[in-house]
Amino acid sequence: MNTTLLLVQALNGLQFGILLFLIAAGLTLVFGVMDFINLAHGVQYMLGAYLAAYFAAITGSFWLALPLALLGALVIGLLLEFLVFRHLYDRDHLSQVLATFGVILFLNQGVKAVFGTAPLQVPVPDLLTGGVRVMDGLLYPTYRIAILAAGLATAGLLWFLVERTKAGMLVRAGASNAPMLSALGVDVKRLFMLVFGFGAMLAGFAGVMAAPILSVEPGMGDNFLILAFVVIVIGGIGSVRGAFVAALLVGLVETIGRGLMPDVMRLFLDPSAARQTGAALASMLVYIVMAAILAVRPAGLFPAGR
Amino acid sequence: MGFTWRSAALPLAIFALLAAAPFLGFSQGWHFTMLARGMVYAMAAISLMLLVGGAGLVSLGHAAMLGVGAYVVVVMDHAGVVEAWKVVPLAVAAAAAFALLTGAIAIRTSGVHFIMITLAFGQMAFFATSSLALYGGDDGYTLYNRLELFGTRALEGRMVFHFTCLALLVLTWALVTALLASRFGRVLRAARDNETRARAVGFEPYPYRLAAYVIAGAIGGLAGVVLANATEFVAPAYLAWQRSGDLLFMVILGGLAGPHGALLGAFAYVLVEEWLAKLTEHWRLIFGPLLILCVFFLRGGLISLPQLLGGRRDG
Repeated sequence: MNTTLLLVQALNGLQFGILLFLIAAGLTLVFGVMDFINLAHGVQYMLGAYLAAYFAAITGSFWLALPLALLGALVIGLLLEFLVFRHLYDRDHLSQVLATFGVILFLNQGVKAVFGTAPLQVPVPDLLTGGVRVMDGLLYPTYRIAILAAGLATAGLLWFLVERTKAGMLVRAGASNAPMLSALGVDVKRLFMLVFGFGAMLAGFAGVMAAPILSVEPGMGDNFLILAFVVIVIGGIGSVRGAFVAALLVGLVETIGRGLMPDVMRLFLDPSAARQTGAALASMLVYIVMAAILAVRPAGLFPAGR
Repeated sequence: MGFTWRSAALPLAIFALLAAAPFLGFSQGWHFTMLARGMVYAMAAISLMLLVGGAGLVSLGHAAMLGVGAYVVVVMDHAGVVEAWKVVPLAVAAAAAFALLTGAIAIRTSGVHFIMITLAFGQMAFFATSSLALYGGDDGYTLYNRLELFGTRALEGRMVFHFTCLALLVLTWALVTALLASRFGRVLRAARDNETRARAVGFEPYPYRLAAYVIAGAIGGLAGVVLANATEFVAPAYLAWQRSGDLLFMVILGGLAGPHGALLGAFAYVLVEEWLAKLTEHWRLIFGPLLILCVFFLRGGLISLPQLLGGRRDG
């Protein structure tokens, strides 16, 4: 493993982390403000990718597909809130887990019924094909850099919205004490819907951006969902800042671990055993990091004020 | 959740039906397969019920316990050890050890954190088994024979296997029922209902909860051994988190009032799944909304149905 390869891994890790952040941000806001566990947040990411694939195929343009897919993700998110989630806010976490699990079963099967089980491909938009010379002998795909930039811009926007606007102030107030906010005359139900729709759109956005580089297939949101949970647990539930730091951490650990672990193991074991144990350890690494962090700080790195 | 003969009537009826099933015409291969699946899930659901209903610990990683048990069978099979009296205790011990290790960390947290940590540990086990190239990796491992009983192939016989499963299921139910009715169960419930008060009267919940977690894990491991032998095939898919979700659904579907709920829930789940799968290949399109409707309207689970339908009856 040389410097170039390590740099590529680090960039891939950051880009993976940014996607994770977009999913985790919605999840942590929804949880922080509404005390609501939404397992179906991962399928929102999958829907974003499928909508992008669908609209890109119809319109022939990624740039037209992007806003249409975002709108679609928003509409589906609000529809789910209206049909299912709204009735679960005053139920216990167990009921929320189960009902949103039902939503996952339905939607995963739904995209299978509509689009088939074969993975869909979305072409990389013309404007962003090719690569950028990062250093001597290292050409990094432009599209991946664009993901990184778009993700960072979204994170900045999110920070601005949450920390510097009135709506953001209400969201933060809701996260620390929702009944009090309601007593002060704020329509908490509408606030919930706002946060929910926004979170659904963020996850959808991550799906749209991931569509050209990952294969679009049923169940693609499930693994992301679990990593997003790891992110918000490490970051501290309800904290957007924590989600950002933790998402980058998880992205880097996951990606670099996969690249590095087999090499590290080769110091102790023969090559074939090293490859196996390395791969096994790499896929467990994120969870080991999480367990270690929680063993020291059970509320996560940046617990939201409660 | 104390033991009453009334709450035992339903399980005893189910056990009697299971025992009679092969003689009532349900004696084809796929009947036995379905019944075995139901019994395995019932064992797993009852052990999960000890956690969810008894201790208030909502674990979303229980499938990993079954997975550990099933993979011990695989590892031993690969090493040429197929004697039940060696494999079963080892599998149960391995699952209990896994539960002890992960539980020691997970039980430090509570509420949502606990749900997510158990989910994460489940995923860890899933990825670990996926990378076991020696045992088939993602594709899984085919067992060519069931475990041997004192060197005989008795378990290959459909009837013997059916009644072995049934005996283990009855044993599981009796154990969990007894545990919940005991002082141990009362402490678990006290800590579930009001942790502060339980502490105030001198019970530190942690060791009780950890013990419950380990016992549930051990029973889960046993269910895993039976599952591996019933299907004669083991794959990482057995440990997928969706399996844990299914198990949790069985427990809630039946009702949290006692182990009989989990038992009923598991069989109801298997029957509905079997029926819907015959109807359409996209059966999950119906199953998902069905699950949501159950959460909305069937709050006490199936075992509360008589009260819901026939007006309230105090008992």
